[in-house]
This record gives sequence, C-alpha cells and structure tokens, in this order.
Amino acid sequence: MQRMVIERILIGIVTLWVVSVLVFVMTSMLPGDVAQIVLGQSATPESLAAYRAERGLDQPRVFQYFAWLGNMLTGDLGTSKAGGATISSLISGRLYNTMILAAIVAVIAVPLSVALGLMAAMYPGTWIDRSLTFGTLALISVPEFFIATFMVLIFAVNLGWLPAIARVAPEDTFWESARGLAMPLITLIIVVAAQMIRMTRAGILNVMNSPYIEMAILKGVRRKRIILRHAFFNTIGPIVNVIALNLAYLVSGVVIVETIFAYPGLAKLMIDGVQTRDLPLVQATAMIFCGTYVILIILADVAAILANPRLRNPK
Amino acid sequence: MSELFEIDNLQIQARKEDGTPIPIVKGVSFKVKAGQVVALIGESGSGKSTISMATMAYCRPGLEFPGGEVRLHGKNILAMDPQDQRAIRGNNVAYLAQSAAATFNPAITIGEQVTEAAVLHGTLNQEDANKRAVALYHALELPDPERLGRRYPHQVSGGQLQRLMAAMALVSSPDLLVLDEPTTALDVTTQIEVLKAFKKVIREEGSAAIYVTHDLAVVAQVADHIVVLYSGEVQEQGPTEQIINNPKHPYTKRLMAAVKPTPIAGMSELVDDRFDRDKPNIEVRNMTAGYGGIVDGKPVITVLRDINVKIKNSHVVGVIGESGCGKSTLARVMAGLLPAAKGEIFLDGKELAPDLKDRSREELQKVQFVYQMADTALNPRQQIGDILGRPIEFYRGLKGKQRREEVAKLLQLVELPIEFETRYPSELSGGQKQRVNMARALAAEPEVMLCDEVTSALDSIVSSNVIKLLQKLRDKTGVSFVFISHDLSTVGSFADEIVVLYAGRVVEQGPVDQVLSPPYHPYTRLLISSVPELRVGWLEETMQKREMAVGIARGVEITDTGCPFYNRCPIAIEGTCNVETAPTQEPHPDHFISCHRTMEEITEAENIPQKVLHGFEKAAPEGDKAAAAAH
Repeated sequence: MQRMVIERILIGIVTLWVVSVLVFVMTSMLPGDVAQIVLGQSATPESLAAYRAERGLDQPRVFQYFAWLGNMLTGDLGTSKAGGATISSLISGRLYNTMILAAIVAVIAVPLSVALGLMAAMYPGTWIDRSLTFGTLALISVPEFFIATFMVLIFAVNLGWLPAIARVAPEDTFWESARGLAMPLITLIIVVAAQMIRMTRAGILNVMNSPYIEMAILKGVRRKRIILRHAFFNTIGPIVNVIALNLAYLVSGVVIVETIFAYPGLAKLMIDGVQTRDLPLVQATAMIFCGTYVILIILADVAAILANPRLRNPK
Repeated sequence: MSELFEIDNLQIQARKEDGTPIPIVKGVSFKVKAGQVVALIGESGSGKSTISMATMAYCRPGLEFPGGEVRLHGKNILAMDPQDQRAIRGNNVAYLAQSAAATFNPAITIGEQVTEAAVLHGTLNQEDANKRAVALYHALELPDPERLGRRYPHQVSGGQLQRLMAAMALVSSPDLLVLDEPTTALDVTTQIEVLKAFKKVIREEGSAAIYVTHDLAVVAQVADHIVVLYSGEVQEQGPTEQIINNPKHPYTKRLMAAVKPTPIAGMSELVDDRFDRDKPNIEVRNMTAGYGGIVDGKPVITVLRDINVKIKNSHVVGVIGESGCGKSTLARVMAGLLPAAKGEIFLDGKELAPDLKDRSREELQKVQFVYQMADTALNPRQQIGDILGRPIEFYRGLKGKQRREEVAKLLQLVELPIEFETRYPSELSGGQKQRVNMARALAAEPEVMLCDEVTSALDSIVSSNVIKLLQKLRDKTGVSFVFISHDLSTVGSFADEIVVLYAGRVVEQGPVDQVLSPPYHPYTRLLISSVPELRVGWLEETMQKREMAVGIARGVEITDTGCPFYNRCPIAIEGTCNVETAPTQEPHPDHFISCHRTMEEITEAENIPQKVLHGFEKAAPEGDKAAAAAH
C-alpha cells in the first residue's frame, strides 16, 4: 500500500513537471515581445537589448526555462512587469481570498451533497429522490453565469438585500463579510453540489445491485444501515474523486463567478495577467492551479486506496 | 400441530411492459419438517432460486406474489407487514447464496458480517455473537478461528468463504436454512469439504434446510426429500431414495441422465481420421509465465513452470486442475494475452511472438479464445448478427451479402435459428449465449480454440448439450480445442488427451484413456475420487478414503522446490518429494507422470503406509505455509 501511495506522489511530481514545461512553452508562444510591451513603442533598440539582457530574455529558451523553474522552486515567482512588484505579493492576497471562498464552499457543500445523495439513494423513486434528481439536473444544465446574474438581479437589484459586489476587507465584521460573500457562496455551492449529489446517488445505487446488498436484505438489515454501512464504504473511491475535481474547480475555475461579483480572487488575477501580457504572473498562477489539481487528485487517490480493504490489507 | 415450514400453492409473477402478468412460479407446494433437508432440484429458469427467496417473503425487484401462502410455524409470512418480515430474515430463516465471493461485502470484516444478523435482531449481543461465531468457525473446521473474524473477505479462500457463509447463516440459530446452489461454483475437492461441513453442522444444530441445486449427485448426499421443479411447477416429489432409485417423471429421468459420470477410461468417443491428426498444431515448449513483471528472467509471481504441451491437429486437449493451478494462465499465454517469461510457442511449426500485439493478423485469426462468461464476453448493445459479422469482416474481409451468409452458416453450425441474427444477447438463454460465444470464435475460422471453462456456469442439461455441440464442431471443422475445466468428467467425455496441471506444473499428461486409468498421479486420483456419484452414502464412503484425508483438507500452494503436491499427497516421501523436483516417467508411450514414486508404487498406493506430515492439522493452510516455508 505504501508503495502505491508513493507511486501516486511520484506520478504527481512528474505531472507537475510536464505541466511546467507546457505552461512555459505556451506562454512563450503568446504573441508580443515582453521588452517591447514593457518599454513601449518609443523604446530604443539599445534599451530593449539592455532590458532583455537584464531579464535573461536573450538567452536560449531552454536556459530560460530552467532559470524560471529554479526560481520557482526556491519560491521566487519573479516580478510583475507592472511597476516591478513581486508576483508573490500580488498573488498572496488573491490566493487568500480564493482559498477562503473555496474553503467555506467546501465545508458546506461536501457534507451537504453527500448527505443529500445518500438520502436520494435511500428512497429511490420517492418524491425526495425525484425532486433532488430533477433539481440537480436542472442546476447542472444552467450555466453558472446565469445563476450568478439571476441572483444579482433578484437579491441585489430588485430586493436590495445583498451587495452586488462581493468584497472582503480585514476590518469587516463577521456579518458584513457574510453578507458580502453570500451570493458567490450560494452560486458556487449550487454549482458543485449538484454534481456531487448526483455522483453519490449514482455510486450508491450502482452498488445496490450487488449480491452482497441482496444478502444484507435477506439478513434482515434495515435499508438505512444497508446504505450507510454496506453500500457507502464501497462507493468512497468514485465519490472522493468527484469531490476532489469539484474542489479543484473552486480554486481555479471560478473566474466567471469572480468576474460577475467583482471578487478579487486568483482566477481573475490570471485573466488580468493574460490581458496585460504579464507572463510571469500568468505562469505563476497557472502553476498554482495545476498544483492544486494534482494535490487534490493525489489526496483523492490516497483516500480511495485507504478506503479499499483489498489495498489496505494485502493477503 | 402445524409443520415447521410449508409452501402452499405459491405463485410468483413478473409483468410485461403493458402490465400483463408472466407467471414464474405456478402453484408450488411442499413441506419441510423439523430437522429435515429438502432439496429443490431443476435447471436454471425452473424458478428454484425465486422460490428459495420466497421462503423469506422476499422477491427480486420486478416480481410479485399474486397468490399462495408461505407458512412458518403455521403463520403466513407473505401477509405480514415489512417490519415483521424483516424480523424473520436472517433470524428464523437464513439464506446461503451461490457465490460467497460476491455475497460477502468486500469492505467489511468477516466477523462483523457473520455476527450482524444476530446482533441486529437482538438475539445476541456483540460479545456473545462473537463467541458463537468462533464456535461455528471451529465446527466448520475453518483455520485460525480466534482471529478469522478480523480478516476481510479477500484474505480467505473461496471454499473458506463458502463455509463462512454457513457460519453467517447459522449464527442466530435459524429454524430453517435455505442453501441456494452453495457448492456449484466450487472445485470438486472443495465441494466435498464444504458438503461435509454443511452436513455436519445441519445435523448438530438440528435445523431444517432447503437445499437448492441442479446437481442430483450432490442432492443424493445431503437431502432427505427431493422436489423436482420444471418451469415453475413441481414435477415430482418424494424421499431421496425413491427419486434417485426409481424416478417416475420423464424430466427427472432426463436430469438423471445429465449427471456427470465418474471419469473412467473409454468414456470418450474417438473421432475418425478425416483430418491429418498427427502434426502438432500448437505447441508450448519449456514455458514459464506469471504476473507482476519479469525480474532476472523470472516473473515476480510465477504461476506456470516449465510447461511442455503439444496439441495435435484437430485434437481436443483437456486441461484440468483446481482453481489456482494456472489453467487459465496457460490459455492466456497461448493467446498472447500474457507474454511468457521463458520458453516458446509454436503454431504449425512456426514460432509465435509471445505478445499478442507482435502477432500478425493471420496468426491472431488462427488462435481464438472463448471466455467462460458469455454474459460479459458478448457486447450487450450489439445484435448477434453484428457480434458474429465483425470477426468475419475483420479476418476474412467478407462484407454485405457474403457476410450475412456466413453469419447464417455459423448460426446453423451452433444449432441456433437464423432469426437470432437480429436479437440482442439479453434475449437469449445462458446456453444460447454460450453457443453464440463459440460461434464468435469460429467466425474467424481458427485452427485452435481456447475454451476457458465454457460449461462451468451452465446447468447439467445445458452443459451436456454444449459438449455435444463441441464434439460435433470438432468432427465437422477439424479445429483443435484446448478445453479448460475443473470438471474431470466433462473433460473425460470428449477430450483426446488430458493435461493435469497442479500448482503451475504438469503432473500428468497423455491420452485420455491412460490418464483415466491406473497408474494415476496421486493428484489425478484425488480429482477422480472427488467427483460425486449418484448414490446415497457416497460422501461418507469417500471421506473414509485415505487420499481424501490430507487431499481435501489442504489447498493449492505454489512452491519453488520439490513437488508442489507434497503437502496433500498421501504417499509423499519426506526428504525427497519436498526437496527435489519430481522426475517425469513414461509408463505408456506419450503418457507422462511426474512423481518420485515408481509406477508400481503408485499403482499399489493403497499399500504404502501413510506418512504423517509434520505440522499437519486439519484445514490449517496457515500451518501449511509455515511448513512449506520451512522446507
């Protein structure tokens, strides 16, 4: 089992390395010369050359890549072209915002959706199951920007209960923060919960066709215990993987929600970076997103291994 | 005074999409007295499993009870509310399913699953239930009873799981045990061990039992009363002796005829020599294979060692052995699904690449694989015509009308109507699916067909029909068959040659009549003695035999040194058999036996004083492992 876990981690490291190559190659392929953009149209050839030499931009690409990789590994994410602020300082605040939002959503959405999924599976075909299935299907089909815009329209514009812009400041009271974050939180919970509910339900019902479930019925076990004790433990693998993918989405994929609510998160920072051709910033955020994915997927795999007695206790 | 258990005019039905009922069980009645074992016998589709679940007022989704009564101690349990029905299940009536491997939850420890029913129904508290479980493990002769409960199902063998299921059913001391084909999926040797344990426990616990099976020979060993079922109706019922010795109903007679005969020389019909039968068709030389990658030219887990098998043109070679002996691995190596670590494979004298992906299309065409489970081998979303047409087009380049004609010919060859072309696999019965499965392999016009346990999942009547078909195919097409089975009587009835595999080595091989007559390798002898005979009292008699005492109690174990059969062999020589590789002897031309004993000694095996194996305790594989490791 240890070997399998170590294997997963090694694969993760290799994946991250491949991703770093891809990120570097792709960002270097973006049109536009950094020196030209930074120094503007009026720059003299001499100043351009000097800038390039200073940044190592006249070096071969391979050399640039390793320099970049080395800097990243030592925690130096580089400096932004905008005014020379370090990328780390730009990112840290945004990363905090994103993580806070993601963490709150995860803490609410994961237990909620697993519980609702189990409930739907416990009473298949009843009105509880039907309304959950229909509701989640409807919510999956509706794009998140629609949900977000709709909520702004109702709660901020028509009713005026909540601010249309989500902002958190350290000096805010709890109540102010909660009001500020309510709409993006609800939007994101709806988006991720729908999928997790459906997967939990499908996973459980899939296992419910197994002979060992029929055996449990024939032993006179109650349906609630069958689901929670007999079926759930055999469904953990697929469920944690869906949870991991959804959590990764909360860190990297929420740009639309961040844009609509003007929330200063990491995804929005990346888009700004792309728009201003701030390559070091784009590279750094891309690596953070990929790292999040890889780490969460490794965690999900390890959880699935731990939940499987075959892998936990070899013969 | 009411009976312990009574089924009275029971009816069970399904419904078509438009709501019209389809009767499945049509008015079945029988009684079970206290301490009695009643057998329900019939082939699949006879409704016997459906009836066995009805004893707990349970039916699978889609079925319903329109009429009849199921009375336990005189009370109709079908009329009870679900709460009361649940209180009976696992408490008053307990159920043992066919496949213990599928019936145990892989994520829960054995102990919890065994004790669950008793604890939930409140008959015992957890502590007493654990004690009772340990006592049952002792009674069922399971290894390491004190710690067994903490293990997971995948950590014990199939035969042990089957006995553990008996423990699970018995833990709350039920009035009635329902056993649904509890030994059908097992090796003959394991079957004996499990039957013996069931019989003993039923007698000691004094509970009544309903034993569901299609195997009359097994029924003769355990039942007091037999109920013969066909398509949801009782055909005949009566005491075991009467049904076995004097069957009245034609269907019962057909069931009797399908009972597997004791494997003996001369049971196979030899074929005519229309085909050139002398040149080797496929040959495996000095082959070693296993799993887990190859390190230093040896697989990490060696399954097969130094295998030499030669299959002549249009011959049928039966490969037998218990599960875990490497039978399927041998077929997988021949097919190229598992590249061998060492050795060569020749097809028509030409060396084949070990790996499937390095073989030419022509070579692939010549070797075809038929899987055990037609259910999983056939694509459920394809019509039979497509399933058969695809290999015709892929290997033979026939399209359109020609392809359809070939499909029709194939269906005719496997004796299925041409209309089946447009059906889906789910619309076919198990036997029909297995025919399609074989037709799919034949579609490539192969030279060798590798049949992996193709009759093991089928009922005796269906399976004997499939064997007849295989015989016909061999006579008509001249294809060579490698027929893998754990069932010696099936193999003996139509193979030309038999290869006996034990723990990854060939222990005996040769023409069928010589393998099935003395001198036998001790392992072949064990297998032959384990095939149940259709007479009352056979089980007790067999358990008295000396080769059974050690042979049955222990399981297959792959060893690196000496003869792998050492720890189960009644005539093993300590210091020789466990140390040196057994020499291969040739008592008749082309008949090979690997054993340290001389042929005379083997033939006179009864006279050799039985050695006492050290560390030997009944049914203690853990002890075996330690003993094997010590050598």
